[in-house]
Amino acid sequence: MRLKLILAALAGVLSIAAASDPAERLADPAQEAQAREIFKDVRCLVCQNESIDDSEAELAKDLRRIVREQVSAGRSEDEIKRFLTDRYGEFVLLTPSFNAWNLALWIGPFLVLAAGVALLMRRLGAKSPEPDLSKEEADRLKRLSDPEQT
Amino acid sequence: MMIAEAGAFALMLALALSIAQTGLSIAARLRRSTVLAGAGEGAALGAFLGVAVAFAALVTAFVTSDFSVANVAANSHSQKPLLYRIAGAWGSHEGSMLLWCLALTGFGAAAAGLGRSLPRGLRSVTVATQGMLGVVFLAYTVFASNPLMRLAEPPVEGRSLNPLLQDPALALHPPFLYAGYVGMSVVFSFAVAALVEGRVDAAWARWVRPWTLAAWSFLTLGIMLGSFWAYYELGWGGWWFWDPVENASFMPWLVAAALLHSAVVTEKRGALPGWTVFLALAAFTFSMLGAFLVRSGVLTSVHAFAVDPTRGVLLLMILGVTAGAGFALFAWRAPSLPQGGVFAPVSRESALVLNNILLTAATATVLLGTLFPLIREAATGDAISVGPPYFNLTFTPLMAALLILLPAGPLLAWKRGDARGVMQRLWLAALIAFGAGLLTIALVSPRKALGAAGVALGAWLIAGALAEILERVRAFRAPASESWRRLWGLPRGAWGMTLAHLGLGVFVLGAVFETTWKVEAAETLPIGGALDAGAYHVTLDAIEAVEGANYEAERGAVTVTRDGEVICRAAPERRLYTAGGQTTSEVGLCYRGMSHVYVVLGERRDGGPEPVWLVRAYWNPWASLIFIGPAIMALGGFVSLSDRRLRLGVGGRREARA
Repeated sequence: MRLKLILAALAGVLSIAAASDPAERLADPAQEAQAREIFKDVRCLVCQNESIDDSEAELAKDLRRIVREQVSAGRSEDEIKRFLTDRYGEFVLLTPSFNAWNLALWIGPFLVLAAGVALLMRRLGAKSPEPDLSKEEADRLKRLSDPEQT
Repeated sequence: MMIAEAGAFALMLALALSIAQTGLSIAARLRRSTVLAGAGEGAALGAFLGVAVAFAALVTAFVTSDFSVANVAANSHSQKPLLYRIAGAWGSHEGSMLLWCLALTGFGAAAAGLGRSLPRGLRSVTVATQGMLGVVFLAYTVFASNPLMRLAEPPVEGRSLNPLLQDPALALHPPFLYAGYVGMSVVFSFAVAALVEGRVDAAWARWVRPWTLAAWSFLTLGIMLGSFWAYYELGWGGWWFWDPVENASFMPWLVAAALLHSAVVTEKRGALPGWTVFLALAAFTFSMLGAFLVRSGVLTSVHAFAVDPTRGVLLLMILGVTAGAGFALFAWRAPSLPQGGVFAPVSRESALVLNNILLTAATATVLLGTLFPLIREAATGDAISVGPPYFNLTFTPLMAALLILLPAGPLLAWKRGDARGVMQRLWLAALIAFGAGLLTIALVSPRKALGAAGVALGAWLIAGALAEILERVRAFRAPASESWRRLWGLPRGAWGMTLAHLGLGVFVLGAVFETTWKVEAAETLPIGGALDAGAYHVTLDAIEAVEGANYEAERGAVTVTRDGEVICRAAPERRLYTAGGQTTSEVGLCYRGMSHVYVVLGERRDGGPEPVWLVRAYWNPWASLIFIGPAIMALGGFVSLSDRRLRLGVGGRREARA
């Protein structure tokens, strides 16, 4: 079933980690690495579910050029991402922002975790298992079960 | 040629038999009649045979390239090699629904045939429920998505199938996936029957486990094959993209994994019956959700090419009615289920409950990540994306917590465990894990602490699984001969669990290592040019034109050397499929132990003094482990399944005696 989606994503175009194309690369390796990091979080808007790091689509190419230009102009990652969201909306970033609207998305799984742990605690506390052995009983049990004394 | 018509008739017959299966089995339950029950089971077998005939007819139409069948005309081509013509039968929406029905009725017939030792009432209700599922999905297939429809004017040639499908792993993975998805239907039917009969006890849990194990193992293989295909066919070395279609198959896998563990608690200690039934219902619900998500096009407008909104609505209705009825029954009957035995905070039960909590939270992550863009759009009209970074921040820590706790679970005693004893048994494993992490920092790279921690986690899982086996055979504490004897006497179920946990560790090692330390290089190379990926030197020796069965290709001759020594020769291709006009890439893979040198031939670029080709090379260290790990896990599932204690008859009889 996954194949359909991937096929749709490709839609006849083959993507091969397009961002590594030497024709597009920045001269400074540190800046290039920074640009590549940013690419991984930017969605290719016309593709199915690909970052611009992977996509060979024209639009992805344009977005990579924009990001690279801004990186070489010395802009920070936050500034570049803000520029992109101002222009294309929140949809362009693959990491949803942490805001009130997305609260359920970010804390939902951890609420499930908390609820589960709470239920487990209640279950453990509801009926305590056989009461713990008293000191005397424990000593006696130890004596009885210690093979060297029997 | 009347084969398609015969198939269509057999499909209708299967629908009628499923209706009979449901009616007869319900009547059998109400009147406590063995005759009616037997008739219902016979109908289940008949329905399976009917779908099998329909499926065979479809495959025949594909093999013979009968383009008067609409589905064949749309999804095949006479130039395609035989294997891919066969696989074309399940490559489309309609065909894959037929495969779904084949698996559904097949599992139904198996449950009816193998369930002889079940209490009569439970068996009848299970067969009836499975029959109802059959009716719903067969009706959908017959009336809304029939793959055996004829065209009034058949075309001379088919419209081909995407050439990316011309790959063995891809062609073969849907049957595994579907066996996994639909195997959960039996578990669902068992859950419904248990709620109707008010019987959720150790015996019930023991019947549920083998079906869950089988489905989970198939699903593991299916996901692994699909991932392997993506790895070497899509051409950028990725193997998991967190895209909705992958998530759709991963959610039932996670739920089934949770169910496998909670069913153990219910079987051994009679505890958590309600939760186990809930998971049994949820596993198939997630399978159906996956079927709906992938086919409806609600998630991504781009993938609307194979999508028909009416079908989406129908599938949503099936999902709503089926799951809704199951969970309504649950809400009604579950409160009366017994609570089961008590247990201490440190105990095997607690460990397994914690496993379930973490797996459930992980499933919630995948579910939210997949559906949240829809929810957000419906609520506020804003489009947002939820991509891999989200899952790395939420799913990964939850899983890491689960994996850190995992080795302790099997060493804890039921009811009341001994934390100090567990630590004593695991200190060596902890030492090995710590050492592995340190070694990674020292030998590979000191700057990637997270990667080293991941390697330590993988080593912890593997060493922990081995420690558990050593503990079982009382190695180093009993005489060697006794340990040896015990090793051979271990039940297959124990081996299965150890293998599954070990496989998980192997997967973690591979996934972490590959993700952290892969090296990528890309250059435009003339003939004779070279580039370096890590320690490997990749030279493009020649390019030749190749004429394939239904494509034309440029094939590169590439030599990979390390320190001047030839490691291997690879032949990456760039193919053009003439019928559809698509290009694809055949990756050149060199296996170096568990690691791969991965070479991709890109487009030709003219314009300079001589033509150049874009060549990409990756060093993917330990990448094989990513696929070997899940294969070991699935093997563990099948080994466990072969345990005689899990076979239905034996388990049932023993319970009947008890």
